[in-house]
Amino acid sequence: MGGYLQPLKSKHPFILNATSNPPEKGLWKVIGASSLGTLIEWYDFYIFGSLATVLASQFFPKENPTAALLSTLATFAAGFVVRPFGALVFGRIGDMVGRKYTFLLTLVIMGGSTFAIGLVPGYARIGYAAPILVLVLRLLQGLALGGEYGGAATYVAEHAPTGRRGFYTSWIQTTATLGLFVSLGVILITRQVLDSDPIASIAKFNDWGWRIPFLLSIVLVVVSVYIRMKMEESPLFAKLKREGNTAKNPLKESFARKANLKLVLLALFGAAMGQGVVWYTGQFYAQSFLENVCHVDFAQSRTILIWAILFATPFFVVFGGWSDRVGRKWIMLLGMLLAVFTYRPLFGAMERITSPDLSASVTDQRESSVIGSDDPSTKTLVTTHSFPDGTVITSTGPIVGFGDQFNFNAPGVKWNKVMGNSRYWSLVGIIFIMILYVTMVYGPIAAFLVELFPTRIRYTSMSLPYHIGNGIFGGLTPFIATLLTTIYANDVLVGLWYPIVITSVCFVIGALYVSGRSGSSANETNE
Amino acid sequence: MTMDQLKRAAGILWMILGPLAVYYLVQTAAIEIAKKPVIDTKIQWGVFVGVFIPIAIGLVLFGWYAWKGEYDRESAVNGK
Repeated sequence: MGGYLQPLKSKHPFILNATSNPPEKGLWKVIGASSLGTLIEWYDFYIFGSLATVLASQFFPKENPTAALLSTLATFAAGFVVRPFGALVFGRIGDMVGRKYTFLLTLVIMGGSTFAIGLVPGYARIGYAAPILVLVLRLLQGLALGGEYGGAATYVAEHAPTGRRGFYTSWIQTTATLGLFVSLGVILITRQVLDSDPIASIAKFNDWGWRIPFLLSIVLVVVSVYIRMKMEESPLFAKLKREGNTAKNPLKESFARKANLKLVLLALFGAAMGQGVVWYTGQFYAQSFLENVCHVDFAQSRTILIWAILFATPFFVVFGGWSDRVGRKWIMLLGMLLAVFTYRPLFGAMERITSPDLSASVTDQRESSVIGSDDPSTKTLVTTHSFPDGTVITSTGPIVGFGDQFNFNAPGVKWNKVMGNSRYWSLVGIIFIMILYVTMVYGPIAAFLVELFPTRIRYTSMSLPYHIGNGIFGGLTPFIATLLTTIYANDVLVGLWYPIVITSVCFVIGALYVSGRSGSSANETNE
Repeated sequence: MTMDQLKRAAGILWMILGPLAVYYLVQTAAIEIAKKPVIDTKIQWGVFVGVFIPIAIGLVLFGWYAWKGEYDRESAVNGK
C-alpha cells in the first residue's frame, strides 16, 4: 500500500479514515485556505529573522553592535524556543475545541504581533521599553506558530482521502519555504523602491522602511482570516465532537500514556529532529554562510536563495505524492543521508566559488576619508577587483596595512562580493541541491506525523515533536553553527558538524525504529 | 543478531548519549562563560542548557523504551 494507513477496522471512533471525504473541488478549497494562512504565518515569522541586523540597530543599544546583533539573535532564538509551548497550548485547544477556531486564533495572534512590531518606536526614542516590547511580541509570534502548523496539517489530512494524504498535505509543506520566499521578496523590493537613488533607498529602508514588511502583514492576515472563517470544521473532529468523544485532557493522553509517549519520542528523534536541521541548514544557514562567511552582496545572497527556492519548491509535492506510493520513511531518510555526506563538500564549494584568486583581477584603488578630516586614522582604502566573468569584489579597510586588502581573512577589512553570471548560477545550483534535501525530508513529514496519532489527541501529539524538531533543533541551527565558528575559528565549515551529527543520529534512529509500513496500529495502540 | 535485538542494544546507546550530550554542553557552556563572562554569553548558554536538558532526558527515556523492547517488531509501534 502506498501510504502509512490501511483502511481501518478499528472499533475506535477516532481513527483517521476516509469515509467522508469532501469532493475534489472542496478539498482544494480546504488546501488553499489552510495553506494561505500558514504561508502568511511563516512570512510573519521569517521577516523578523531576515531583518535581524536592521532590527539590532533599531531596538538594541547601538554602542555595542555585536551585543545588539546577539540580542536580536537571542530574540530570534526565543521565537523558536517558545514554539513547543505554543504547540502544547494550542494543540490542547485544538483537540478540545476544534481545529478551525484554534488555527484562526493563532493566525490573529501572529498577524497582530507582526503588525505591532512594525509600530514599536526605536530604542533611541523609548529606551529599553523598545527591545522588551519586541521580545514580548516575538515570543507571541513563536507561540502562535507553534499552534498553527499542527492545526493546518491535521485539518488538511482529516479532509484528504486515504492513500493520498502525502500528496495533499505536501501543499501545506510548501508554505514554510514559500513564506521565506515571500519574506525575502518583500524585503528586497521594499529596499529598492523607497527612492530613485538605490543608496538613498537602502538608507531609508534601514531608517524606517523596514517597518513596511511588518505592517503589510495585517492586510494578508485579514484576507486569510476572512477565507478561513468560511471553512467548516474538520469532518473527523466534528464527528468526534458530535459523539462526545473529544479528549478531556489531551496533554495527559498524549504524554502521560506510555503507548502514545513512545510514539511522540520516536517522531521527534527518528524524524522531526533531522528534518528540522536539514530544513534550516539548507535555507537559513546557507544564506547566512553566503553573506557572512563568503561575503556575497546582501541582495545577491537573497536572490540566490529566491531562485533556488523557486526551482525546488515543486519537489515538496513530488516527494509528498511519491510517499503515498513508496512510504514516507525512506524518502525522508534518504534526504537526511544525502545531507550528512554532502554538506561539507557543498559548503566548501560555495566558499571556493566566492573566493577567486585576487591576483587574476584588474584592481582599482582609491582613498576615502571622512569629509573635512585630516586625521589619517579616518582614511580608508577602497579596492575594487574586477574579473573577466563579471565578478566584482570590493574591499574596504584602513589605509594602514595596504597589503591586507588582498587577503580575505585580513582583520578590519570589509568585503562585498558581487558574483558574475556563472558563479551566481553555480551558487543557485548548490543551494537548490540543499533545498531538494529539504523537500525530501519535509514533503512527506506532515502525513507521517498525522498518521502516527489518533484523531482525539492528534493536534497536541504531532505538534510537540514537530516544533521541538523544527523549532529547537532546526531553528537554533544558524545560531549554533555560527557560534561553533567563533569557538573554532580556523575552520569555516566547522559549524556544519552540528547539523551533520544531529541528522546522523536521527537517520540511525529512523532507520532502526520507524517502520516503513503503515501506521494503522499506531492508532489502535492509543486507546 | 535479529533486528529486535539490535533495536534493544541500541537503546543502551541512546541512554548513554543523553547524559553525554548534557555533559559536553555544560562543559562547553562553562568554558565559554569563563572566557567571556558577559550577560549575552550567559543568556545564550543558559538558553541552550535549559532547552537541551529536557530533550536529553527524552532521549534517555526513548533509549529505555527501546531497551525494554517497546519498539520491537511485535509491538508494532509504528507499523501495521
